[in-house]
Amino acid sequence: MKKLVSIAMAALLVAVAGCSGGGQSSAPAGTTDSAASGEKVTLTYALWDKNQMPAMEEMAKKFNEKNPNVDIKIELTPNKQYWTKMEAAATGGTLPDIFWINGPRIIKYADNDMLLPITDQIKADGIDLNNYPKALVDLYTYDGQNYALPKDFDTIGLWYNKKLFDDAKVPYPDETWDWNKLKEVAKQLTDEKKGVWGIAAPPYGQDGFYNTIYQNGGYIISEDKKTSGYDKPETIEGLKFWTDLINEKASPTAAQLSETEATQLFESGKIAMMYNGSWMASAFHKNEYTKDKVDVTYLPKGKENTSVIHGLGNVISANTKHPKEAWEFVKFLGSKEAAEILAKSGAAIPAFNGTQDTWVQSMPNFQLKIFIDQAAMAKPYPISKDTAKWAKLETELMTKAWAGQMSVEDASKELAQKMNEMLSQE
Amino acid sequence: MNAMSSQLQPEMHAAVQPKTKKSLNRMKRSDWFWAYLMIAPTLIGLGVFYLWPIVQTIYLSFTKWGGFGKYKWAGLHNYELLLKDPYLWIALKNTLIYTVIAVPVGIAISIFIAVLLNQKIKGITIYRTLYFLPVVTMAAAVAMVWRWLYNADYGLINYLLSMIGIEGPRWISDPAIALYAVIIVAVWSSIGYNMVIFLAGLQGIPRSYYEAAEIDGAGPVRMFFKITLPLLTPSIFFVSITSLIGAFQVFDLIYLMLGSKMGNPATEQTQTMAYLFFTNGFESGNGGYAAAVAVVLLVMILIVTAIQMKLQKKWVHYD
Repeated sequence: MKKLVSIAMAALLVAVAGCSGGGQSSAPAGTTDSAASGEKVTLTYALWDKNQMPAMEEMAKKFNEKNPNVDIKIELTPNKQYWTKMEAAATGGTLPDIFWINGPRIIKYADNDMLLPITDQIKADGIDLNNYPKALVDLYTYDGQNYALPKDFDTIGLWYNKKLFDDAKVPYPDETWDWNKLKEVAKQLTDEKKGVWGIAAPPYGQDGFYNTIYQNGGYIISEDKKTSGYDKPETIEGLKFWTDLINEKASPTAAQLSETEATQLFESGKIAMMYNGSWMASAFHKNEYTKDKVDVTYLPKGKENTSVIHGLGNVISANTKHPKEAWEFVKFLGSKEAAEILAKSGAAIPAFNGTQDTWVQSMPNFQLKIFIDQAAMAKPYPISKDTAKWAKLETELMTKAWAGQMSVEDASKELAQKMNEMLSQE
Repeated sequence: MNAMSSQLQPEMHAAVQPKTKKSLNRMKRSDWFWAYLMIAPTLIGLGVFYLWPIVQTIYLSFTKWGGFGKYKWAGLHNYELLLKDPYLWIALKNTLIYTVIAVPVGIAISIFIAVLLNQKIKGITIYRTLYFLPVVTMAAAVAMVWRWLYNADYGLINYLLSMIGIEGPRWISDPAIALYAVIIVAVWSSIGYNMVIFLAGLQGIPRSYYEAAEIDGAGPVRMFFKITLPLLTPSIFFVSITSLIGAFQVFDLIYLMLGSKMGNPATEQTQTMAYLFFTNGFESGNGGYAAAVAVVLLVMILIVTAIQMKLQKKWVHYD
């Protein structure tokens, strides 16, 4: 017994000594801005996509080779918990030095002084913002200040299963398609006995009804971010595009799609077509079934030929202890060299213009070029100061409309009314 | 320390005297000191991690939240909103249905299984382990497996039902059924824990009672109702209090099985109080409102537990 106690005490001593030792070595680095003195600095970098981890690790390594005094510690948090965690970290003042941000969160974080504006650094270092798609630079500009260098972008395409088209002897979709053609073929390809549907119509925004709303001349939120567009007839018609597909039995029902996700159905050959993002390319490329059976093309045309574009940015926390090193890293992440690394990995379309070809060629069996072409005519992802609030309501009401618990008009108008209330309080 | 020793001073003198009342008192006092010292870590932990957050939550329920934990006093605003919120009534109703079904059914099945597993049968430890497994399995894993089993188009349950000519329901996406589907899983996964407590209770019942009853000619059913059940009431009381509190706070199974971001038509009709708390507090960043929901839940649990404590004199037999 005595021996046990003394072992425990010894272990405790070692642990305490270890802690204080660690504290001592990191304390000076934490209190001084130390680029000049060449001391070791560790920056934390938070992100949420496992698929992009290898590319990000390579970038961190490359950066470390050029800046041996700066270590990058990458923290991966699954997408579902990422913003809950960041919100808690921001509230407690412990945000990582650098992290991924998306459109829906940028204004909220910038407006609450959680982010370091980088306009001066961009000017001082002569960074040319024309290197990135304008929609993305604008997305991360708030109150005349730049907050992020764009990292990647994503657009939406029409993914289709070539095998199911061949079996039904129907020609593949192409750029000539419009809404009517899509509906017609979707019905044609549906075979209830085999459990095969022409298309999947889940109640999703970015990879679903946002696109058809824009294509129909409707909008989700006005340009001054003061009013909702959900009470506009064009918007409602854009929503009906999807519910019609369900009502005409060309798609599984909302209930079915909530039990088995559209992507799962697509990956098991139960669905001939689906709207999905460029971010799925690398997953479909790795999947045994989809890698040589599926391809992607332009979205079928509505009144307007457009789709949604969204992209991520790298931002610096306002209370980082190493703003200089953090900016150096963000600058590197926004460089052509970093973009090439991301492009080769295939995990996302790099935002740096001119490097996208490398991404397109990374998976030659898909016509990935369509995602780049669509970017040119795409409209930005709808955001406001507190997007998360109304986005939750959007999901709730659209789910009701999709499930037939409410008519599309009623759901859409109720959403417009409540969204207007929320926007007026922002 | 000084205060302590001066307090102890008079007793020191007393200790020199032969055994008197006073020396007993001194013994007691130092016992108490050590007892409190021993439970101090738990008491401090309870204060810091339970009592203080409760006080804070009550305070926050009177505030309105901006971004990132900034808040301002809002009086009863949240409670006014809460009374008008249709989701509150859905959540209350679901929480009550869930509790009223899951708790008694869970207890009844657990007692039944505990009595069976208290017999001398072959491979008893294997059975006990099997019934206990869900308790040590993570809720996330349990929910995922059941999601697959329940899948209306490709799941095992509806496949088995189809073999006997029944078309199974849409277990987790039909608003009328989803709550009951979750209750089934909740009962299933609570059996193991309850069973262990009941087994302990059963083993505390002296064998001589049964032997005496057997001599008097009582059958197994009569023995169960006249001996086992009454002597098991302390365990039943304990389990019913803890599982009631647990049931009022049900969240993880519903969140994981019915999902909140997948566009499930059943989610809205199946939410409970804790679910309402989560979506407001963590998804919409509406901390003050969420705190008000938590306070309502706390009051509900306090009332029900107080009633149970009062009623226990009527039916719980301590020997």
